Amino acid sequence: MLLTITTTHQPATDLGFLLHKNPARTQTFPLSFGKAHVFYPEAAPERCTAALMLDINPLELVRGHRSYKAETLENYVNDRAYAASSFLSVAMAEVFSSAMNGKCKDRPLLVGTALPLKAMITPLPCRGGDALLRRLFEPLGYTVSAVQHPLDEVFPDWGESLYHTVILEAALPLSQFLTHLYVLIPVLDNDKHYWVGDDEVEKLLRRGEGWLASHPERDLIVSRYLKRRKGLETIALAALLAEDAEDIDTVQAEHADEEAEVEKKISLNEQRMQAVVEAVRSSGATRVLDVGCGEGKLIAVLLKEKQIEKIVGLDVSHRALEIAGSRLHLETMPEKQRERILLMQGSLTYRDKRLAGYDAAAAVEVIEHLDLSRLAAFERVLFEFAAPQTVVITTPNREYNAKFETLSAGKFRHKDHRFEWTRTEFGAWAMNVAARFEYDVRFEPIGDSDESLGAPTQMAVFAKRTKNFSPSSTVSTAPTEISTEV
Amino acid sequence: MNISVPEFSLVVLVGASGSGKSTFARTHFKPTEIISSDFCRGLVSDDENDQAATKDAFEVLHYIAAKRLAAYKLTVIDATNVQPESRKPLIALAKEYHALPVAIVIDTPESICQERNLTRPDRDFGPHVIRNQSRQLRQSLRHLEREGFRQTYFLKSPEEVAEATLVRATMWTNRKSEHGPFDIIGDIHGCFDELTLLLAKLGYQIERQPDGDAASAFRVSHPDGRKVIFLGDLVDRGPNIPDVLRLVMSMTATGTALCVCGNHEAKLLKKLQGRQVQVTHGLAETLAQLEPEPDAFKAAVKKFIDGLVSHYVLDDGKLVVAHAGMKENFQGRASGKVRTFALYGETTGETDAYGLPVRYNWAAEYRGAATVVYGHTPVPEPEWLNRTVNVDTGCVFGGKLTALRYPEKELISEPAAKVYCESAKPFQPATDVSTLTAQQVYDDVLDIDDVIGKRFISTALRSNITIREENAIAALEIMSRFAADPKWLIYLPPTMSPCEVSTDAGFLEHPAEAFAYYRNQGIAEIVCEEKHMGSRAVVVLCRSEAVAKRRFGITTNESGICYTRTGRRFFEDAALESELLARLRTAMDAANVWEDFKTDWICLDCELLPWSAKAQGLLREQYAPVGRAAAVGFDAATAQLKLAASNGKDVAALLGKVAARREQNQKYIDAYRRYCWPVNSIDDLKLAPFHILATEGEVHTGKTHLWQMETIHRICTADAGSQPSLLFATA
Repeated sequence: MLLTITTTHQPATDLGFLLHKNPARTQTFPLSFGKAHVFYPEAAPERCTAALMLDINPLELVRGHRSYKAETLENYVNDRAYAASSFLSVAMAEVFSSAMNGKCKDRPLLVGTALPLKAMITPLPCRGGDALLRRLFEPLGYTVSAVQHPLDEVFPDWGESLYHTVILEAALPLSQFLTHLYVLIPVLDNDKHYWVGDDEVEKLLRRGEGWLASHPERDLIVSRYLKRRKGLETIALAALLAEDAEDIDTVQAEHADEEAEVEKKISLNEQRMQAVVEAVRSSGATRVLDVGCGEGKLIAVLLKEKQIEKIVGLDVSHRALEIAGSRLHLETMPEKQRERILLMQGSLTYRDKRLAGYDAAAAVEVIEHLDLSRLAAFERVLFEFAAPQTVVITTPNREYNAKFETLSAGKFRHKDHRFEWTRTEFGAWAMNVAARFEYDVRFEPIGDSDESLGAPTQMAVFAKRTKNFSPSSTVSTAPTEISTEV
Repeated sequence: MNISVPEFSLVVLVGASGSGKSTFARTHFKPTEIISSDFCRGLVSDDENDQAATKDAFEVLHYIAAKRLAAYKLTVIDATNVQPESRKPLIALAKEYHALPVAIVIDTPESICQERNLTRPDRDFGPHVIRNQSRQLRQSLRHLEREGFRQTYFLKSPEEVAEATLVRATMWTNRKSEHGPFDIIGDIHGCFDELTLLLAKLGYQIERQPDGDAASAFRVSHPDGRKVIFLGDLVDRGPNIPDVLRLVMSMTATGTALCVCGNHEAKLLKKLQGRQVQVTHGLAETLAQLEPEPDAFKAAVKKFIDGLVSHYVLDDGKLVVAHAGMKENFQGRASGKVRTFALYGETTGETDAYGLPVRYNWAAEYRGAATVVYGHTPVPEPEWLNRTVNVDTGCVFGGKLTALRYPEKELISEPAAKVYCESAKPFQPATDVSTLTAQQVYDDVLDIDDVIGKRFISTALRSNITIREENAIAALEIMSRFAADPKWLIYLPPTMSPCEVSTDAGFLEHPAEAFAYYRNQGIAEIVCEEKHMGSRAVVVLCRSEAVAKRRFGITTNESGICYTRTGRRFFEDAALESELLARLRTAMDAANVWEDFKTDWICLDCELLPWSAKAQGLLREQYAPVGRAAAVGFDAATAQLKLAASNGKDVAALLGKVAARREQNQKYIDAYRRYCWPVNSIDDLKLAPFHILATEGEVHTGKTHLWQMETIHRICTADAGSQPSLLFATA
């Protein structure tokens, strides 16, 4: 990776004094993770450019750090030796430490002077794209230009890479200029700080003094540093997923955001929660299961219902449960309140004794995350084995997708959705389930209804038939929306 | 006195302070078998004599005792236990864990107790304490049996205590030292002819002894020394109950058979003992057939039934037999509940349309290591479910009489000559019943308890495997969210094991390390096979949908699957998968695989190419970005270095270095590109099987590598007719 710094201040060669690096010489500095080379591609009075080139041997990275066992392919095949990242920041701090600290015996007056400066950084992984790049640098007075590189020109359908060649121009004192780069390069990279000590990361934050506090993207900058610490489960999960090369939780969260983004205009989620809570409340339930509780949004709403004495949140993602726990502030919750909630890992395709004996179960936006072929197991687990009096199920109404401008035709609202159903399809499924497991079912639309497309979300509320109920009187009420359809 | 305690019992010592209980316990039991109240007081309060800690101490004592009894460990309670209220929870505990409660009363004279306590400085309580204890003890003596103790022993003096000997009696149910081989026969109900025919089929020689009495009327032997186990319900309903009894009694008397008690024997016994029972469910036939028999025979029958045990644990605990089954936590234990379970099983409390009690399906929840063989409820065919099997095939109702050969686990049957009795509930299956086995029906949905938490898996070939909880958590998520129906997932491959990192500076890995490893392991011959660069794919291929249903319980009209190493379906496009399976099936047909292997399904470990077909994520998130990042960086560096050179800077060395790495990177990019091509149809796919994992009744891990390669080559050649060919083997 390469960083060049160019000035057209006159005489431009003063850059050499400010950087404490003689423009005539090519120098090499040892770093804990490789080498840094400094040279000057040009050093004329009218224009002077210094280049910092990092030379990292990827093999040494793996071998030099036995603590990072080569359990996953990721440790061998990754861009850390090549991409501008915290490695570059650490190298800058080593090689240009005096300049960053604003020290220069030979040109003391220049230290505080705004100079015309231009930096080229390449390849810079911009997670958040060109837009974020601009949001980070433009408020600090930079002119930004960037060229994005394709992943592989032989396979154009693979699309663009994350990597940009970025050019930043500003008139600033050099120390300020370098400090901005130092902090913001790893923010854009937003990847793991491989083999850079945690204290280095902390140092980056301290460099923000004087400008970070008033930066409009301050929260994002800080949160990207304090990236979550991974638990053992997550590491185990990562090992399992190595072949699929996705960080399951991140992807999941990102997709959820995408879905929220798609559905945003109508604050659908809120309406959905209210509709589900109303269905649960009116059933008279006091013990409620939230199956596929995710990060606990429904639990938070259910908690406000005094009628409900016990809420069990079940999810297959251990990580989601951790987040739910912290969002609900379980740690600091009063004991009486805390006792109402139980979060547990479980799967909707496994028979589970722990789920028996509840009045109501809600599966909010859950079924569409199961493969169609696994729905049969879900049906038995929920309706046959857990068998609560009331079951509330919501799922997207695919017909309504036509109304979402950001969603291209034929796409689902969330990348993990295995299917999205029309009202007819959902109705047919729900009535079949109700008939087989002896429930009655009614349907309700959630969200603003469109005359022909229906509502964005569809809800089915199942009520268990009481024993000895005469079969002739249990004809399920067909959803009105469906009956009007051809 | 000679004290005999059952090997699994709760021994309660009863005696005043200073009576010598602890010394007695130490003499006859292992230190870990004894739980003393003093010790528990110490545990909770640091003071063995702190009476204020008594309540907590006893909670601990009961807790430890419960854990030991749950683990089938003889347990001795060393506390005064002189009051009925202190013994009551212990009796309850013994009941809960089906251990026999035994009381050993150490009734040392009060004066001696007082004397002993005076010599012990830590026992500074007054003489009234021991006086009270002695009084309470004497009040208790007569009531111990009524309280529930099954055995009581009284030692009245220090001499008696010193002279007492103690042995541990083997449980009646414990026949672990008998290893068979056995022939386990279900409910006979007087079907004597079918029984003798079945025994003959099993290789037994039967001679009637004309002048023998009830227990020597037959002489039965087997050339291989096999032994019969009768699962009870010998009597009632059928045509020749006395001869069945004679045969079984003769065989058990001579040790060629074991017999457990059935519910019909239990009822008959009550009747024979003169108690009031309803003469229903075929008891009338028994009574009528016994009527002409001499009294001596009836007496012998009564004695025989009275001596029948509820169940047996055999073959080092690997086999359990009982009339109506035996739950894991009841096996080898003794209590009324255990006996009731053995005789009648468990019911849900409901009755079915025929007015018969609805049986609780204990076998569905059975997770024990022992095989349980039972009868009691007639079934059309014996079916295995979670290591249990019901072999009552309703002979008396016109079904057949069935024996399970153990350890062979073969089923041998003799059809009923006729219907001797109409069953209240028709037990022959309706014709449209699914062909799924009981195990497949039960396994339609898996149970969460079998997969969560820290787990231990015992394996046949290696030591036990521990699955850490965090791995179980992760695996549950992966399997639940992404995996195909678990019924298909008969094999999940481990990842390839890499060799040691190369010591050669130019290589990350090198064959030299792999060869060195094998050399160290003493392996003289190594077969090298090309590893095709694709994605791991496991293929389970059935000859037809019917086979998939019968063998794997698949009811969704599929005849095979191709899945990834994490159990995901390889193809999102079901049509493409079907096409691939069809091609593979054609190759199997042509290569005569089904006949050669006597199978109608096969499981193959494969690489599926191109790599890019499945590894899109890996390529786009990892391989391509690395190449691109390096190329962009080296290109930019080259440009700047060239500019520096043109300005007279000495950067030749750096330029050379960057050029070299740039070239290496290009090779890396070229390397992954070779394994990428677009897939538009099956013609763009290649499947390279490298291991035939299993066919019906056989896993092929023991076959040589060359056998694998040659056999696979043969299959692949059979596909060569199609163009372009899908299959290819490493020649």
